[in-house]
Amino acid sequence: MIERPETAVPSIAQRNLEGYVGFANLPNQVYRKSVKRGFEFTLMVVGESGLGKSTLINSLFLTDLYSKDYPGPSQRIKKTVQVEQSKVLIKEGGVQLTLTIVDTPGFGDAVDNSNCWQPVINYIDSKCEDFLNAESRVNRRSMPDNRVHCCLYFIAPSGHGLKPLDIEFMKRLHDKVNVIPLIAKADTLTPEECQLFKKQIMKEIQEHKIKIYEFPDTEDDEDNKLIRKIKEKMPLAVVGSNVVVEVNGKKVRGRQYPWGVAEVENGEHCDFTVLRNMLIRTHMQDLKDVTNNVHYENYRSKKLAAVTCNGVDTSKTKGQLTKSPLAQMEEERREHVMKMKKMEAEMEQVFEMKVKEKKQKLKDSEAELERRHEQMKRNLEAQYKELEEKRRVFEEEKANWEAQQRILEQQKLDASKTMEKNKKKGKIF
Amino acid sequence: MASTEIARQAGEGVRGVPLAGHVGFDSMPDQLVNKSVNRGFCFNILCVGETGLGKSTLMDTLFNTKFEGEPTQHNQPGVTLKSYTYELQESNVRLKLTVVNTVGFGDQINKEDSYKSIVEFIDAQFEAYLQEELKIKRTLHSYHDTRIHACLYFIAPTGHSLKSLDLVTMKKLDSKVNIIPIIAKSDAISKSELAKFKIKITSELVSNGVQIYQFPTDDESVAEINSTMNSHLPFAVVGSTEEVKIGNKMVKARQYPWGTVQVENENHCDFVKLREMLIRVNMEDLREQTHTRHYELYRRCKLEEMGFKDTDPDSKPFSLQETYEAKRNEFMGELQKKEEEMRQMFVQRVKEKEAELKEAEKELHEKFDRLKKLHQDEKKKLEEKKKSLDDEVNIFKQKKTAAELLLNQAQQAGGSTTLKRDKERKNFF
Repeated sequence: MIERPETAVPSIAQRNLEGYVGFANLPNQVYRKSVKRGFEFTLMVVGESGLGKSTLINSLFLTDLYSKDYPGPSQRIKKTVQVEQSKVLIKEGGVQLTLTIVDTPGFGDAVDNSNCWQPVINYIDSKCEDFLNAESRVNRRSMPDNRVHCCLYFIAPSGHGLKPLDIEFMKRLHDKVNVIPLIAKADTLTPEECQLFKKQIMKEIQEHKIKIYEFPDTEDDEDNKLIRKIKEKMPLAVVGSNVVVEVNGKKVRGRQYPWGVAEVENGEHCDFTVLRNMLIRTHMQDLKDVTNNVHYENYRSKKLAAVTCNGVDTSKTKGQLTKSPLAQMEEERREHVMKMKKMEAEMEQVFEMKVKEKKQKLKDSEAELERRHEQMKRNLEAQYKELEEKRRVFEEEKANWEAQQRILEQQKLDASKTMEKNKKKGKIF
Repeated sequence: MASTEIARQAGEGVRGVPLAGHVGFDSMPDQLVNKSVNRGFCFNILCVGETGLGKSTLMDTLFNTKFEGEPTQHNQPGVTLKSYTYELQESNVRLKLTVVNTVGFGDQINKEDSYKSIVEFIDAQFEAYLQEELKIKRTLHSYHDTRIHACLYFIAPTGHSLKSLDLVTMKKLDSKVNIIPIIAKSDAISKSELAKFKIKITSELVSNGVQIYQFPTDDESVAEINSTMNSHLPFAVVGSTEEVKIGNKMVKARQYPWGTVQVENENHCDFVKLREMLIRVNMEDLREQTHTRHYELYRRCKLEEMGFKDTDPDSKPFSLQETYEAKRNEFMGELQKKEEEMRQMFVQRVKEKEAELKEAEKELHEKFDRLKKLHQDEKKKLEEKKKSLDDEVNIFKQKKTAAELLLNQAQQAGGSTTLKRDKERKNFF
């Protein structure tokens, strides 16, 4: 006799260890495996032409992503908004990173820029869809993650505020991807102008309820302090450069002006280092996690809800979202079976009732006919009896009369005989 | 933890670019590890073995703590699985450990179905994960994973060979879980016997096609130690939570009159090897194997069972949406068909019953028509009889009237004769 096994997850108890077990080594195991696997990251840059996007990428990754052999989109003239991706493999310290840069040439360059965000949205959605399909296959081999993990949005350094296009774009994309707004070519702003500009931008972002990427709080107080500092600097004002110049004997990346050199990696000149540290050195994994756990899940649940809730009223959809589409179909099937059973029972009942009625009617008419037949029979019998009686009476009468007649006849005969005798006698006198 | 397997894209046409400096993404593994440590780890062990082989003691010894549970008796009617979850912490690593014990394994007279509870339990955990994965709104990153990562199979120290129950059970489990066979209570076997026993066990496992877990040898840092350990399988272990003083240290040991078996002495038993392999080196790999191999196999079978395919008859890949929509349409069609069928069935029955009742009605009418006819005949006969009687009566009446008339006439005549006679008489005198 097999008893049902108990399912896991009862209460969870704390236990103290009395000696070294060794699972503190788990993180190392995880480290090893992740290095062996390699990493992936997809970065999207969006902004009008000439804001220095390609230069910034090169500065960030200290490489010439776009070179003579692989010219960047900025070298080509575009009439409409395109979405182009370049994939490179970079190695550092034994760690391999497959970096995909997604560029959007032509964005905001036309005279009429309505819907220029649509190709971008389409691209992001299509990558999510690819991942969804790969995840939902029956045979899942590798699931390459090409989803866009981060979108750097370049704001032109006007010094005044966000343009309507900026607002519109960020509003449409903040639910689909991690948006990090940057002030491009920040070396055209003085520190004070930059401060004012940043304040203005953040105010407008809050006004329009745009959800830009937020740094998660950690349990570490030290880290939290740093994070708060970074938050105060948002949006980051960056400067990029492909050129190395010499300043005070040191070789640095920078932009050479007659009045000095704007150093890219100097924290007082711009926020480039902050961006690089945040984007690559500390929060790259978090960007991927948020994309996976929040943006992708949003996309997925919307997609699947659309499939299963065709024509179902919204009052029922709330509860249905906690199930898988299949479980939902199972439930619908069970409901349907119950409904059918009920319907069947009802129809059965009606059927029985009608049959009973009909049968009853038949019985009644049969009884009625029987009754009438009985009556007629009895009638007939009565008449028969009457007739019999009449005949008997008649017979009796007839018999009587005939007897009487015979007697009369006899008398007559006797009388005539006597008369004859008398006649004879009379004549003698 | 990234659960996606990223294909090595180095050879897939992705170009590599050199870096001109330190970018900093070599901190990615650290970022990943930090996140995992923050989230905490989870590990589930299943102990399968006959009652009394020291399963609970071994768990206590492995994790240096006293787990719940009492020693069970041999009188269990079937195999049940009891699981307990504990939160352990070592330095900064938190581990949610679930220990599942098979209670009553091997105690019944008929052990044919012993493995079933175990297989059902393992499948139930897979199913729970699959259901979560298929939900529309899901929270995979905070899901408490209850899938069994390692199965320690306890072999009784007979010194001869595997029992048939062992072979049958392991064969059923090898495609569902990572099996690590261990020889329990191995302080009952001498070294020479042990070597022979191990060889016998390994050859029996191979000849019966049982796939036990092999420690991975593809990662250079652990390949060597893993391959050495692979040759020591199955581990012969001794468990003990009691401490004995050896020299000037307290060590875990079992004290016999003829000596003391030290648990952590590699000459005495393979406990240290087991701990090293299971916890310190390959815990993460066990988890990965469970997810990428055993779980995927279960998922694939389950989805195929439900009728999902990756490609339609034309070998074009399905998108998830199409699949679900197709399933849904099929499902709806099925329900409608069922409804139609039921209706048709009822219509049929109604028709049949109607025909039946009509037949009955017709018969009834026929019967009464016959009776009526009979009745008519009878009536006719009666009428005839009446008529004949009436005729007779009439004739008789006529006769009677005629006779009376004659009589009257005769009387009159006779009367006058009598008068004449009387007159004559009178005259006479």
